[in-house]
Amino acid sequence: MTPVVEAVDVTREYVLGAGRKAAAVTVRALRGVSFAVEPGEFVAIAGPSGSGKSTLLHLLGALDRPTAGSLRFSGRDVADLDDVELATLRNREIGFVFQQFQLLTRTSALANVALPLVYAGVRRGERRERAVAALEAVGLGSRLNHRPAQLSGGEQQRVAVARALVTRPRLLLADEPTGNLDTTTGAEIMRLLRDLNRDFGVALVVITHDTEVAALAPRRIRIRDGLLDDGAVAPPAPRALDDAGPARASAG
Amino acid sequence: MSVTEAAKVALTAIAANRLRSALTVLGVVIGVMSVVLLVAVGTGARDEVTAGVEDLGSNLLLVVPGTFEFGQAPTVSKFTTDEVDRLARELTGRAAVTGSLASGETVRAGTVSAFASLLGVTAEFDEVLNREVARGEFLTDSDVATGRRVAVLGSSAGAALFPGSDPIGKNVTVAGVRFRVIGVLDELGAALGVDRDSQVLLPITAAQRLLGTRRVDTIFVKAPDAAALDAVTASVESVLDDRLGPEEYSVLTQSEILGVAGQILDTLTYVLAAIAGISLLVGGIGVSNIMLVSVQERTREIGLRKALGARTRDITSQFLVEAMVLCGVGGVLGIGTGVGLAFVAERFTPVPAAVTAWSVALAFGTSVAVGVIFGVFPARRAGRLDPVVALRYE
Repeated sequence: MTPVVEAVDVTREYVLGAGRKAAAVTVRALRGVSFAVEPGEFVAIAGPSGSGKSTLLHLLGALDRPTAGSLRFSGRDVADLDDVELATLRNREIGFVFQQFQLLTRTSALANVALPLVYAGVRRGERRERAVAALEAVGLGSRLNHRPAQLSGGEQQRVAVARALVTRPRLLLADEPTGNLDTTTGAEIMRLLRDLNRDFGVALVVITHDTEVAALAPRRIRIRDGLLDDGAVAPPAPRALDDAGPARASAG
Repeated sequence: MSVTEAAKVALTAIAANRLRSALTVLGVVIGVMSVVLLVAVGTGARDEVTAGVEDLGSNLLLVVPGTFEFGQAPTVSKFTTDEVDRLARELTGRAAVTGSLASGETVRAGTVSAFASLLGVTAEFDEVLNREVARGEFLTDSDVATGRRVAVLGSSAGAALFPGSDPIGKNVTVAGVRFRVIGVLDELGAALGVDRDSQVLLPITAAQRLLGTRRVDTIFVKAPDAAALDAVTASVESVLDDRLGPEEYSVLTQSEILGVAGQILDTLTYVLAAIAGISLLVGGIGVSNIMLVSVQERTREIGLRKALGARTRDITSQFLVEAMVLCGVGGVLGIGTGVGLAFVAERFTPVPAAVTAWSVALAFGTSVAVGVIFGVFPARRAGRLDPVVALRYE
């Protein structure tokens, strides 16, 4: 099967102070990253802050394009997609779950969940049906008309998960999904994500710096200084820098 | 995203900041209201002047002193009753002729006094200027020939000087001279806030003696129909050229008077519209400003929407619709207030105001256009935000 997402030797550089040539500094956030996520897989990407984790997240979310290398979603290279096609890709194939939940505070849980369907051009009646179904799937069938402020943190994150699932994406991308929750609630959310991954066959990529969270995933990829350390699947990655890290999670 | 979706999002955003939205809308309301109201006043003034001149009839010629041009200072008249008589003789059977001498004077009746426009006229005045006597009689040739001390009152002059009683047969005093009232004219109505019924008409000879002059200010010539105007004008000119230089008088038709008056009033209307346009512009800048604030505040929301699949176009139209809704609401309220105030002005003040369809359409169109023009910049800015940067925005 075609990988949900496949990165081949992806680099991403940022030019800081681009306005003035003399002062411009190039920062290499990703320095040649290769890996693939298969359909239905559950992968944790772990790494400390400044490791290139966020850059990788933005690339995997089709919010950004690599400077070099190839990044393919379901076999389609983002280099061949224009901005409109990229927006459609985000809408159809990717579901986001953020650390800060990122719900629209002025609208109900139902309207928040239905939002991606608005951009998908789905009719109002069907939007409602699908949003209700998604909220029921995350256990919030009785909270349809609550606003985010009327919900607990865990419930807000469940709304965000429902929103990520409502378009039936191939890839669920969770960025520190437990970062703003207490341990118990965080564990509940992780259980929910894992169940959805198992029951719906949606590939789940969790990006985290929390080793406990990362330990839940059958496959773990470590990122440090813009390079991956994924002994199992990825092609040989340069190991010069992060080989001997003592906090490194055990492979496989 | 469909337009209805965009409108719903816009309304939610507007409702979330009610006070701010209301103040922004107020700027547009004032702008649109000014356009509607001031154009109504300009148009109203024009309509009144046109109606006032048309009251005189389309077959009327005015002979006035000096040259009649926009911006020309008034000239002292060199006409006397001689010219009036000669014209009357020359045009017998072809046209009716009258002359008038005007002066503002205080007129008394018993203990009541009123400031009136005193008009010395010849006996043909009522016929030439289409004035009807409501009660009593008009001045006769014999009154004019002998300078008899009689007066005909305009309807409001009669009502002011003789409240609750019939003026006929009573006396009015002008500058110590007594005149017996022999008639009261039909009501004419006001024009441009000037009461045209406050006139007191005297035989022109009596008026000249009273004011110590031999002058006649204006000569009116009424041709039987508009087709005869050219021939009558030629005759008037040939008579007057014997006695006056060509720069000492002008013969005007109604359309010439309307032409000059219309020019002035059109200019007035445009100037008023331009002033109103400036306030609409300021209102539009207010909309632009608040939209920029709105975009800034919702940077993260924009980032999120993009992450969920919104295209640049979706975001741009969301903010553009929001600006247009603000301006459209302002436009509707502004038109309502403008039309309302114009009605109040027309009804309760001497200021004439006529709301025209074109000014309402223009004001509404302009307000929506203002929404688009001043909304495009903030909306494009929102649409172009990089989702990565926007999502991180604190």
